[in-house]
Amino acid sequence: MVEADENIGLREMFYIEGGNFANAGATSSRVKKILKEIGFPGKIIRRTAIAAFEAEMNVICYANQGNLSLFITPSFLKVVVKDEGIGIPDVNLAMQEGYSTADERIRELGFGAGMGLSNIKRNTDEMILTSQPGQGTHLEFIVYLNEQAKE
Amino acid sequence: MTVFDIAEFFGLETRAGKDHLDEEVTGGYVSDLLSDVIAHSRKGNVWMTIQTHPNIVAVATMKELAGIILTGGREPDPSTLQKAEEEGIPILVSSVFTFELAGRLYQKGIPGLSPC
Repeated sequence: MVEADENIGLREMFYIEGGNFANAGATSSRVKKILKEIGFPGKIIRRTAIAAFEAEMNVICYANQGNLSLFITPSFLKVVVKDEGIGIPDVNLAMQEGYSTADERIRELGFGAGMGLSNIKRNTDEMILTSQPGQGTHLEFIVYLNEQAKE
Repeated sequence: MTVFDIAEFFGLETRAGKDHLDEEVTGGYVSDLLSDVIAHSRKGNVWMTIQTHPNIVAVATMKELAGIILTGGREPDPSTLQKAEEEGIPILVSSVFTFELAGRLYQKGIPGLSPC
């Protein structure tokens, strides 16, 4: 994972309330609008916004509260999502597509298909997920602004 | 075909986003699992679902879908309508069930997603 860049142009932090399905998507919508206003390419915006949406939904579904921070640097976009919640006992298992611990209520809303984390991985260039069961989860992902920056 | 054309041809009623019906439809996608739609739908698709809560608008906005079609006579929640108007996402409704409606659209030339 890339270290914090000194040239960070923008860092915004958003609070996410666990269990508030009515407001779901609000944070990732704001992320998308910020990136759009700055004028990043559509694909970069879509990938980042989709990953942010899935991360936001995870906080809403499984945590008491959390926050999402957006870092914008000249070479990459970085999103950090920290939450206080039940955590993930087995991160490798959680990363498997289709694995889910979602309850009936979450599934009725069309969430909890076990695809969120793999959607994040698919749409980002780097992703780190760590968790302390019973305490919370820490997710970071990066989307590079150009192909060369991946090297 | 635009969203407007689809609404006209298949007798769908527009519940939200009346000013955003002129987008060209790139294809169709059917699913009630939101993460599945996020993973597999494409920009400009119309999305058929029986989910009626506001999060469907968030998904459609993220994926830049052309519109949402609620099937089987389902109606959007009031908060869904409000969000759809704010985001400019058309919501159409049909009394026809998903399989039948998807078949009609496909027959009329709205493509699905080929396996990749």
